[in-house]
Amino acid sequence: MTDKLAQPFQQAKTAEMAQGMLEQEVQGRSLWADARARFLSNKAAMVSVVALALIVLFSLFGQSLSQFDNETIDWDILGNVKEAGRPSIENGHFFGFDENGRDLYNRVVQGSRISLAVGIVGAVIAVLVGTLYGATAGFIGGRVDSIMMRLVDIFMSIPYMFVLILLLVVAGRSITMIFVGIGLTAWLDMSRIVRGQTLSIKNREFVEAAIAIGVPTWRIILRHIVPNLLGVVVVYATLLVPTMILTESFISFLGLGVQEPLTSWGALISEGVKSMNYGTLWHLGFPLFFFVVTIFCFFFIGDGLRDALDPKDR
Amino acid sequence: MLNFIIRRVAVAIPTLIILLIASFWLMQTAPGGPFTSERPLPPQVLANIEAKYGLDQPILKQLWDYVIGIITQFDFGPSYKYKDRSVNDIIAQGFPVTLTYGIISFVIAIVVGGILGMSAAIRQNSMLDYFAVGVTIGAQVLPNFVMAPILILIFTLWLGWLPGGGWNGGQWQYLVMPVIALSTSYMASIARLTRSSMLEVLRSNFIRTARAKGLPDRTIIWRHALKPSLLPVISYLGPAFVGMVTGSFIIDSIFGTGGIGYFYVNSAFNRDYAVMMGLTILLGSMTIMFNMVVDILYAWIDPKIRL
Amino acid sequence: MNVSIKAALLSSAFALASPALAAGTHPVTGETLADDQTFTYRVLDEHTSVDPQIVEDVSGSEIVRDLFEGLYNQDEKGNLVPGVALSYETNDDKTVYTFALRPEAKWSDGTPVTAGDFVFAWQRLADPATASEYQWYVEIMGLKNGAAVSAGDMPVEELGVKAIDDHTLEVTLEQSLPYFAKTTTHTSTFPAPKWAIEKHGSDWIKPENIVVNGAYKLTEHVANERLVRERNEMYWDNDNTIIDKVVSLVINDENVALTRYKAGELDRTEIPAGQYPSLKETNPDEVTVFPRLCSYYYTINVSDNAPEFLKDVRVRQALSYAINRDIITEKVLQGGQTAAYTFTPAATAGFEVPAVDYSTWSQDERNAKATELMSAAGYDKSNPLDITLIYNTSEAHKKVALAVSQMWKQNLGVNVTLENQEWKTFLNTRGEQNYEVARAGWCGDYNEASTFLDLVQSGSGYNDAKYANEEVDKLLADAKTMDDPQPNYTKVEEMIAADMPIIPIYHYAGNYMIQTDLKNWPVENVEQNWYSKNLYKVAE
Repeated sequence: MTDKLAQPFQQAKTAEMAQGMLEQEVQGRSLWADARARFLSNKAAMVSVVALALIVLFSLFGQSLSQFDNETIDWDILGNVKEAGRPSIENGHFFGFDENGRDLYNRVVQGSRISLAVGIVGAVIAVLVGTLYGATAGFIGGRVDSIMMRLVDIFMSIPYMFVLILLLVVAGRSITMIFVGIGLTAWLDMSRIVRGQTLSIKNREFVEAAIAIGVPTWRIILRHIVPNLLGVVVVYATLLVPTMILTESFISFLGLGVQEPLTSWGALISEGVKSMNYGTLWHLGFPLFFFVVTIFCFFFIGDGLRDALDPKDR
Repeated sequence: MLNFIIRRVAVAIPTLIILLIASFWLMQTAPGGPFTSERPLPPQVLANIEAKYGLDQPILKQLWDYVIGIITQFDFGPSYKYKDRSVNDIIAQGFPVTLTYGIISFVIAIVVGGILGMSAAIRQNSMLDYFAVGVTIGAQVLPNFVMAPILILIFTLWLGWLPGGGWNGGQWQYLVMPVIALSTSYMASIARLTRSSMLEVLRSNFIRTARAKGLPDRTIIWRHALKPSLLPVISYLGPAFVGMVTGSFIIDSIFGTGGIGYFYVNSAFNRDYAVMMGLTILLGSMTIMFNMVVDILYAWIDPKIRL
Repeated sequence: MNVSIKAALLSSAFALASPALAAGTHPVTGETLADDQTFTYRVLDEHTSVDPQIVEDVSGSEIVRDLFEGLYNQDEKGNLVPGVALSYETNDDKTVYTFALRPEAKWSDGTPVTAGDFVFAWQRLADPATASEYQWYVEIMGLKNGAAVSAGDMPVEELGVKAIDDHTLEVTLEQSLPYFAKTTTHTSTFPAPKWAIEKHGSDWIKPENIVVNGAYKLTEHVANERLVRERNEMYWDNDNTIIDKVVSLVINDENVALTRYKAGELDRTEIPAGQYPSLKETNPDEVTVFPRLCSYYYTINVSDNAPEFLKDVRVRQALSYAINRDIITEKVLQGGQTAAYTFTPAATAGFEVPAVDYSTWSQDERNAKATELMSAAGYDKSNPLDITLIYNTSEAHKKVALAVSQMWKQNLGVNVTLENQEWKTFLNTRGEQNYEVARAGWCGDYNEASTFLDLVQSGSGYNDAKYANEEVDKLLADAKTMDDPQPNYTKVEEMIAADMPIIPIYHYAGNYMIQTDLKNWPVENVEQNWYSKNLYKVAE
């Protein structure tokens, strides 16, 4: 299902990289400059950044290129979408009409906004929860640490997709629930990686100094531990976004996605798949194109960031 | 090792109990019940039915009876929706199906993905490498609810080679499309993982030393490079397994294979409490067991790790 | 070798197995029959049960009608034809019915089908211990003491049904019921084999245990995959049964089902919403469309806790008038559905659709009137009404809801919030009147207008609008004993149109793709009670 993308690139390797970064960090300030230079020279990643920027712009401002909106039904087209609803530059319906006689271009624009938002917000929630949880466990250590990590073990054996379905069923469907639900199912790996890193940062001089002068625990975690984890967090978050987008598409396939007239890539794709053999292939083609391109962009950017930040690969 | 297994099992039991309670509670909170229908049942009829299934008891008692039933008689209760069958029947019929196509997909994903990744790494920047990368990139992003209907269109409608769904006792023709739809994305992930970790291992010092000693390539790869480059692949197996369980819902619902994935997701929609909990326990314990096996494998390959 | 001997052997074996097929032609029409008489069809979802007294869904009932046979069956037009019963007699006030049973009817294990099997089955249905969801059907049938037995206040033996002898069944009713025989086509009245149920308990319906008296035996069942039933040699009318084997395949996705139909794997499948026009062009001989006894409507919350604006009849009327039903049927659904201005479908037996006023207007007139009513109620485009429309998750419901919301928005300036809810949540919300406007659908339980109109009775459990009008209640109560209830039905429909607690939208149509070699699908049976034994496949 959904972890298929991010997973292979994050676990062991990300942990290793974080270790490497950590060693560098304390040596000098040049790490970020170095990393930037390396990232800029990574062609695939740079192309992806540009493509992704275009998609984001498209999702934010795309509707201003069109005189239509995403919900008005054109009654003359309805019922004859196959013939009359084809994509056309002349009549301003660049992507044609959807099955319900609405302008597909505007639906893709709006769907992109939702999918990107779900991806990014979901990843941010996962990263926030995972980082705080992992850093707390690692920093406090001892019994608290082992209980917290046991809990993570327990959560890991839960069939998540199912919990998510139950949550959406119980709480009713709302975009917030989708954000939170998707985000909350993905923080476990993050918390493990962060905990590992925290354990090694904990014994550094600057942390020990802070403890000695009596800075409160939460403050040490927020001020000293978390900032030092920034690199690994950024990489992880980038790789998490496509996972979130894929999860959302599965949820939409189940019919538990966002409410009409709003839509998302997942909803558009699953509608498109249904009618792909009925001569309206553009219903599938346009949203799938944006979906695939975006996932790849995040994917290459994540890879690029990791390579750039990981000094070992030099 | 024995110690490790005992510790893991000791954690597994409370985990399963928590899982059970949480899902039971969530189900109870969901609006509507197993017998909510378009035509509301007369109160009298509803009362009969609830009495029959013990749903008129206090919630804690229901939960208790359920757990006792499992422990003493291995009885996971009745299905409220499919009244001809118990949860045990559903598992007995559906689980082997899911397991069959799941294991085949898993093995194919690992073997084909591994070989593809390794060959790509060994011949880095060759046509083979580009081909492998290209194929895996494509396979990885196509959600399987898109791929499955496309497969049916191609193989059933256009080419007429394969039946468009069903299980039929697991004859190979019925297995091909479910396995392709389920395994491709994992195969692609594994190929990419193997490729990158193999590349890294091949660049490492001990391989350089081996090369310097003049060992033949084949020996270097099979004897020295293979094992360490499998590590990230192994750590990926756990999540891949869980992903396949969820993916099986799509397989079952599109190909009509009759596996448990479909029962599982639909039990939530049907409020079929016993089915949902029975399958949660089953899949939860499978996941725990699988993660344990993965950890053991990991330790076996990497002696630095202690269990 | 000697081919002709082989052929002769084969054909004689064939002849032994089923004499009617020896000639390979249909006994009545004379068409050449296909060699392979297997009928394969798609079902949306796994059936709930094949136990006649337990089954509660449509696809399960279809299977039960093949496996078991009740007193009466329906023919292709929905008329009664004898099943296990040969005939019946009734007393003058129609409270006692005596059925003469077919002596040659046998169960699949060779036991004769007796009146006692019916007595057992009906008692089983009424018995609270069976916990049948159709227990209330004994009260629909009006069996004597039905209510008391159902409530557990009387032993099941007191139920008004008894076996005079093995082949005579006597039924006593609470009150006169002229159409009692019609109620015996319902699956929950089918006989049950006591000995098998006692021997195997709840496992008796498994293929290895089940004993049936219908035209087919259950031979294989893989949940969520397939169910196979094969010719029952013991069935009394086996000689006239042509289809040898019936296979139902569970295919959730209607589009995948259509693909598999096109690949020749299915003999019958549903047409996905909106695909009828193009399929009609490409496969004109296979598309089959016929009216169904079902109504699709939007129910408006008019209960006490409904928002004020919905209690204003002008708003409700405006909402109804602003819906262009022709667009819904001709452009959105495109499957032979008919626009509805009354609740009861025209296909209902003996029902004449009254010309309620707004059905005779043009859509422009309706829109103008709607705008007028809306502004009279104090809403217009500068002061728009906000309304929430709920529907359950389904592609077709979504399409209708989208079109309706746009019509309201474009014609009346109403801001519509669409809320798509998962099925059980939806039922809960609607049943507790936590909605403003909700999608609803109703299929007749029997072929008479009261099965629809009873829904607007104030006491009806299905009256989700919580519409209460004493006059309607009285008209409907009176209609029960009238020889010609049509005038009352007309008045009730007019009152629905005036008060508009529900907005009728369209009347369903059955939409199937049926392979050209499969014959005799009962398209004129509006209840769609079909029996595999009446179908046949011709050679092509």
